[in-house]
Amino acid sequence: MACITARGLRKAYKTTLALDGVDLNVEEGRIVGLIGPNGAGKSTALQAILGLTEHQGDLRVLGRDPWTERGALMRDVCFIADVAVLPRWMRVWQALDFVAGVHPRFDRTKAEGFLARTQIQRTSRIRELSKGMVTQLHLALVMAIDARLLVLDEPTLGLDLLYRKAFYDSLLNDYFDGSRTILVTTHQVEEVQHILTDVIFLNRGKVVLDCSMDAFEERYAELVAAPDRLAEARELRPIHERQLFGRSILIFDGADRGRLADMGEVRTPSLADIFVAVIGGAS
Amino acid sequence: MTIAEELREPPPLPRRRVMSWLIRRELWEHRAVLAAPLATAGVGLIGFLLSSFALPSALRAVAAGDKAHRTLVLGPYSFMALAVLLVGMLVAVAYSLGALQGERRDRSLLFWKSLPVSDNLTVLSKAAVPILVTPVVTFAVVFAAQVLMLAWSTLVVAANGLSPALLWTQVKLDTMWLVLPYGLLINAVWQAPVYAWFLLVSAWARRVPILWALGPFLAPALVEAMAFRTSHVGHFIVVRLLGGLAQAFSVGGKAEQAVDNVRQLDPGHILAEPDIWLGLLFAAGFLAAAAWLRRRREPT
Repeated sequence: MACITARGLRKAYKTTLALDGVDLNVEEGRIVGLIGPNGAGKSTALQAILGLTEHQGDLRVLGRDPWTERGALMRDVCFIADVAVLPRWMRVWQALDFVAGVHPRFDRTKAEGFLARTQIQRTSRIRELSKGMVTQLHLALVMAIDARLLVLDEPTLGLDLLYRKAFYDSLLNDYFDGSRTILVTTHQVEEVQHILTDVIFLNRGKVVLDCSMDAFEERYAELVAAPDRLAEARELRPIHERQLFGRSILIFDGADRGRLADMGEVRTPSLADIFVAVIGGAS
Repeated sequence: MTIAEELREPPPLPRRRVMSWLIRRELWEHRAVLAAPLATAGVGLIGFLLSSFALPSALRAVAAGDKAHRTLVLGPYSFMALAVLLVGMLVAVAYSLGALQGERRDRSLLFWKSLPVSDNLTVLSKAAVPILVTPVVTFAVVFAAQVLMLAWSTLVVAANGLSPALLWTQVKLDTMWLVLPYGLLINAVWQAPVYAWFLLVSAWARRVPILWALGPFLAPALVEAMAFRTSHVGHFIVVRLLGGLAQAFSVGGKAEQAVDNVRQLDPGHILAEPDIWLGLLFAAGFLAAAAWLRRRREPT
């Protein structure tokens, strides 16, 4: 079943067009990375999906219209955003009590279990916790909710490497069960690459790439060209070329790997490389 | 919808339960709603303790027929009620002006919105604090303080060899304990549009909500006073802010004579005031507008 479908999603602010006819189709059980440069429209897309902003075009999330049915939708959808800050005055036990009080799918025992693995004291105020601990707390609250869609908007922004690694580890180990859907945006592309099942590139309000990671690995190839074969390789129309330590590195979209292997060393490019090739080339 | 999907769908929580958690949340954040009336009563009690040495002589004078000393015996009870009530109102005003602005300013707005609670219910819970919670707290605190005052006075009187019955016939607290909740209710209904307006401003203003809340009324009042030397607008402001107290605690709502007898209460007269109903209509409109704004607002 489709978790998110969008047809011709548009959102214009006073001076800018944040979303310019976006089509999306996210199936349930996927982990989708929504990736784009600053101002590409990622946050606007997420806000529309979460019912936080009005939009034009057709958008359904879990069969509902997010703008008119946000209250009901939030029973099945959770989100962590770096702009959705936990209230600093609140104590940890109050956060647990409150979410348990208003959320029909919150499992308090589970949340307490997650918290027991951290240094977080239940009597602490959130303002007394470090940024990493606040994110741990938020994640513990969210993972204890039996939701069908989890939206993460720059969830690890400002965290050190250890917290960032632990964040995605516990998300995969303790939360993702193959039936839930996770939609994540981040600038730290390298960190999410190995957990994604699908990737969507957004640039200037438009979708410029939308494919599964399996397809991604088949489709793109990176060639470290042998100097004497460089001219020949260039004829195969690479989408991007860069220099590294005096060698030319070419990226191909849909080229025959067998042929490329003749001309140098072929490998699968990273998401970050393709990001630069597809979006950096366009702008 | 298949059976499996239906099993996955827990029923939404009853609104009353969600509402009670929302209100509890407000009281966690804004502890002054409870603490300020309590502190006021505490300070008042200290003053009362200090004054109680004069009680036996005042009571003897009253027993001897001296009417002037009656206020000395009865006064502190009314004064306690008034002090707690006014402090409660002050806190309610400050609360309403900040409630919907604060969640944008500390950027917790999106966290609250990530929970399955509608904007309407949230705004209603924030309106319930000044309109329902504060009057209830005011009565509870005043009631407790007055019981303590009466108990202490009884001890003082008995220790001085006077009959406590003499004290109890003078201090007619049973009347006060009927008039006060009645008056608090009337005052809450009267002031509902004021708090609703403050909440609307709070949902809208980026900073200094108090200026936006009062400016649209004070500016015309000033112009009127300068240009025509009249004060219709100013009168309207005062009546809307404090008229509820006159309606509630004075005979016939005329602000001339204080109610000191349950028979003087006239709810029929007050309910016949179109102002009350018009006010409630405005309150509903302001709250709906506040919810509409909250739905569209992003953190500042």
